[in-house]
Amino acid sequence: MYWEKEIETMDREQLERLQAVRLRETLERAKKSVHYGKRFAEMGLDIGGIRTDADVEKLPLTTKDDLRENWPYGFLACSRDELIRMHSSSGTTGRATVIFHTTRDIGAWTNLLARCMYMAGMRRSDVFQNMMTYGLFTGGLGFHYGAEKIGALVIPAGAGNSKRQIQLMRDFETTAIHIIPSYALHLSTVFTEVGVDPRRDTKLRLAFLGAEPHSEKMRRKIEDLYGFRAFNSYGLSEMNGPGMAFECPEQDGMHIWEDNYIVEIIDPMTLKPVPDGEEGELVTTTLLREGMPILRYRTMDLTRIIPGPCPCGRTHRRIERIKGRTDDMMILKGVNIFPIQIEKKLMEIPGVGTNFVIILDRADYNDSMTVKVEVQKEFFGGDLRQLEALRRRIVEELKSDILITPRVDLVEPDSLPQSEGKAKRVIDNRKD
Amino acid sequence: MISYQLSIFAENKPGRLAAVTRVLAKEKINIRATTISTSDTFGVIHLIVDDPARAEDALTKAGMTVSLSRVLAVVIPDQPGGLDRLTQLLLTENVNINNAYGFVLEGHRKAVFVVSVDQIEKAEALLEKNGFQTLDAEALSAIEPFHYMKY
Ligand SMILES: [Zn+2]
Repeated sequence: MYWEKEIETMDREQLERLQAVRLRETLERAKKSVHYGKRFAEMGLDIGGIRTDADVEKLPLTTKDDLRENWPYGFLACSRDELIRMHSSSGTTGRATVIFHTTRDIGAWTNLLARCMYMAGMRRSDVFQNMMTYGLFTGGLGFHYGAEKIGALVIPAGAGNSKRQIQLMRDFETTAIHIIPSYALHLSTVFTEVGVDPRRDTKLRLAFLGAEPHSEKMRRKIEDLYGFRAFNSYGLSEMNGPGMAFECPEQDGMHIWEDNYIVEIIDPMTLKPVPDGEEGELVTTTLLREGMPILRYRTMDLTRIIPGPCPCGRTHRRIERIKGRTDDMMILKGVNIFPIQIEKKLMEIPGVGTNFVIILDRADYNDSMTVKVEVQKEFFGGDLRQLEALRRRIVEELKSDILITPRVDLVEPDSLPQSEGKAKRVIDNRKD
Repeated sequence: MISYQLSIFAENKPGRLAAVTRVLAKEKINIRATTISTSDTFGVIHLIVDDPARAEDALTKAGMTVSLSRVLAVVIPDQPGGLDRLTQLLLTENVNINNAYGFVLEGHRKAVFVVSVDQIEKAEALLEKNGFQTLDAEALSAIEPFHYMKY
């Protein structure tokens, strides 16, 4: 029932000692990077003074902006020859954040994913269909390597092509899948369409739901539609990606692997830690990353530590489902999108007015985005075709940037809330 | 002769045309012809009025997005082939019609066709050379429309 019993059930005191040792090693490595070398010097930080994991508060926080400003190599703590892989955060263009891995990094990450999937019940006898995008996105290759490590048969199906996904499941008797929850809901309608009952006509018994926050209700609905058990997976590319935190068979919170990460929950306003049980922003420090260690990374994800031990016997603390974001990032079909990306793109297009609103909807289990855009008064020449051309151009430009095709509505100037101040730019109508 | 058309950007939602006519009624501006072209969620209302400049002003003050553009108001005999002669002529000279609509004149066996084209001077000269009568804003405002027909 455990992939690594000793580590997974290690008593807290011992686990914290292990963290302290690994933290010191991490700091020694981090110091070699341009970014942390500079930061430590500015702060006059004495690495030797960091003795316990409680001292972590003395370390600087790291943000996505730090990663962007030091793009691409400013966080490297090793020579470029030692790198074997890069990944990047999804859905962003321009200076996307890039993460580099050494051989040891990929090994440690792979092991974490094997630990997660094994914990949820996957074994070498399973047939695992990975329905995530391969490529820069961490969800494809991450799970792929982890499943191979367990020894399962891996079908690298990739994302999309629903009918082929169903065919693969039937032909090769897939038992476990990795899937985006909104896509799982959509796929169930395709099952109905082709007259296949996932409960009766497939061997599916396990699912890993990742890359998109979802509610307990949505999980139960997916479990019900497919007749399998579905486990929540959490991770972000800056911290490797999936494998960071995962549900055990109790399905009550995700164990976050504290031998690999130092976990803090902070108040996003004061930046001070809050006690276990209280909600705040998740901040994590890598403990085993060699190529690109990251200290106290602000994930911008809101959650809380579930206090108390888990009946499964694992001692690593659990985080609750992600409640939201401290920034305004949206997740649509597994792609991370910031309103600022849309704003930047819109403002480059002649004819676009000052204000816009993004509306997210879910119909027939399909998420969609509508962008309402004001037309610039001076641009209007009285011709409908000119407006149609503008609308099509906005769709194309946004699609090339956010990888999702939005619906675009042109609206009259000054008909939307002003962009200055605290205007709500995103209206999320998605319910489970 | 060149005439003027008012175009108003409008979302497809109830009351937009009513809002336009309310402003114009208050200003005692007469509408000669109106046509609406729409796409999915938005459209453009085109108007021929007796005082285009004042109408533009009033609608802009009311917060609307208005564009005043030059059009040709062409008098066409109200008989088969009348309109065809006009469009064929413009086609052979490569003049593009952006929008066109017309109305029949009461008491006349004539129609007025409003055409918005891409090369207005060229089209105007062409029409006059070929014997078409075009109305200016003043002449257009003096006529009483009977009913509208859409191109
Ligand atoms: Zn547990």
